[in-house]
Formats: sequence, structure tokens, C-alpha cells
Amino acid sequence: MTQPDPSSHDHSAPEQAGRLDPKLLEILVCPLTKSSLHYDRDKQELVSQQAKLAYPIRDGIPIMLPDEARRLD
Amino acid sequence: MQTPPRLFDPHLYRQRLRRAYRQQPADFLLARAADDLADRLSVITRRFPNALDWASPGPHGAEVLATSGITDHVIRACPIPEAQGFGPWQTVLCDPAVVPFRSESLDMISSLFALQNVDDLPGTLVQLRRALKPDGLLIGALLGGDTLHELRTVMVEAETLCEGGVSPRIAPFADVRAVGGLLQRAGLALPVTDSDHVIVRYNTLFDLVHDLRKMAASNPLVARRKQPLHKQTLIEAARLYAKKFSDPDGRIRASFEIIWFSGWAPHPDQQKPLKPGSAQMRLADALKPQ
Repeated sequence: MTQPDPSSHDHSAPEQAGRLDPKLLEILVCPLTKSSLHYDRDKQELVSQQAKLAYPIRDGIPIMLPDEARRLD
Repeated sequence: MQTPPRLFDPHLYRQRLRRAYRQQPADFLLARAADDLADRLSVITRRFPNALDWASPGPHGAEVLATSGITDHVIRACPIPEAQGFGPWQTVLCDPAVVPFRSESLDMISSLFALQNVDDLPGTLVQLRRALKPDGLLIGALLGGDTLHELRTVMVEAETLCEGGVSPRIAPFADVRAVGGLLQRAGLALPVTDSDHVIVRYNTLFDLVHDLRKMAASNPLVARRKQPLHKQTLIEAARLYAKKFSDPDGRIRASFEIIWFSGWAPHPDQQKPLKPGSAQMRLADALKPQ
């Protein structure tokens, strides 16, 4: 696809999207619940449904710190 | 569930590490441990496809893994982004006490100086062991035992003398025997520990404290006294240090004890002791002089 995704303009690191190694993604789990994470490519977050937390990915680095995660309602 | 007491402040540790990285961090202990890690890994003939450097304050261990030839893929779990270093690894930001890796997903984990600052060392070791595949290796070093015993002694004396009481200044450290027991408790097979005593010499206590800051090793305790130390107490501590723990040339000695530990995630093919009573010959015969 050559067209830029319009939804990617409103987040800070679109060029980092896809930089995350799928091999790494496969083995990361929620640090609190050890449950699987869902990768939200647009928001650049790793979402733990069980803990109701979204862990940010900044500059391609997953931030697996519960106190830096966004709370989901 | 019983929660372990809160001893260490993880936010404070990250702050301290950030401060150390704003200057030139003092990494001589890390560099020494990384050399040692390279030696220890060089005698292992197995390969470990997926390796993790767990929460070490600098990238030295990850560099060893990446250049050792024993692994194809290195992940560096690090406490702050500034400490990730540059190399062929994937960085993940982690709290040294909380492991975000799937069970049985890694072939080896190494960790240098990350685990002396966790509240629940047995719990963290269990999490690390679970992340290992069967027959996976956990190897690492932490500061323990006699580390900074001279500083502890003089701080207690100086505070008692100048302020009429003491406050927690130096973290409690695990000793080498306790670490061996914890490895076993965490379910690791073939546990091994040993310790490396390092004496570092400084001109004065102030130089030691300055270096500790550059190692992000200033008082990490939740229960630390929040007021700054009285100048008089510090001067007294420096005087006592020079009096009690100096060499003939006047320089003071600071001890660091690096405790090395290793263990393997259990696997049926690992060596095990035989069942009692299953011996084929008498021990007495084996020991008899020929």
C-alpha cells in the first residue's frame, strides 16, 4: 500500500509502526497478570484486557511499566 | 497472599539511574562483571537461540551476549531508555521486579546488578525461572553480603554521635548462602553461587559517595530519612572512615561483594543424584587406599 493511512496522522510515532519485532511481540505478556497482549498498531500500545491497561510503545520500545500504562475503562 | 515488605523505591531507583546517565555513569563494577560473564559463558558449549539481559543498569551484559556467539537473538530489558545502549538487540523497558515474558519463552537470562534492589527476590527469581524454557539457563550477579560494610559502620557511629540516633542508610544485602537457597526455592536445578570480593580505594568518603551516585547506588530505601544529612555528621563519618578503614598511604577502602548465581530450569535429561540405597559398590571400598 503506497497511500499513507489517514488515521496515522494523529499519533506521535507513525514511522515507528511495524518496527516492533513480531518475535518479541509473541513472547511479551502483561507484567501484572502474565496474560497475552493485543498490539494496537495505530495507538502504538500493547493492551492487556485482563489488567485493563494499555502499555505504550515509544520509539519502538515497549514500556512494560504498570505505572506508565494507560488505564482502560 | 502475603505481600513482602516494601523496602526499595523503584521510582527513586529510576530517578537515580537517570541522574547517573546525565553525567558519566561509573560502570567499573558492571564492566568487571561483564568480563566475568563472558568467561563464565565461554565454558558452556550449548547454544541459546533466545537470550534476555534482565534489567541490568548498563548494556554491558547485552554486549557480551551479542558478541559471545552463543545466541542468535538478544532482548535487553532495561530500567530506563537512556541505559539501553547500542547494539543488535531489542529493548523493552521493565521494572526489575516484574517480568513481562511468557512462560517457557526464553533459552537463557543473564542479569547484572539488577536484583539487589527488588523487594521480593524469591518472587522475582520464580518469575524469571518461569520465563525460561526447560533446560534454560539463568545466570547473573548482584551486590550482596559485605558490600559497603565500612560505610554502614561509620554512618551508624557518626549519626549516633552527632544526631543521637541512626536511620537506614545502606540497603540490606542478601548473603551468598541465602541466594543459593533462593535459587532452589525458585525451582532452579543445579544451583551454583560464588562471590567475588572487590576492594575499591578512594581518597575520602566524599569520593566514594560521589561514585555511588554515578552508579545510581545512593540510598534506595523507602524508609530512608528524607532530610539531607547534617554536614557535621558527614564530616564525622569521613573522619571515622579515614581512621578505621584506610591503608598506610591514607586512602580508604570500600568493599563490594559481587554474588554470582546460576541455575537451570528443570529438564528430565539433567544430571540428578541417584536414589539413596541404589549404589552398586560400598563407599568404603572406593575410599580404601589401593
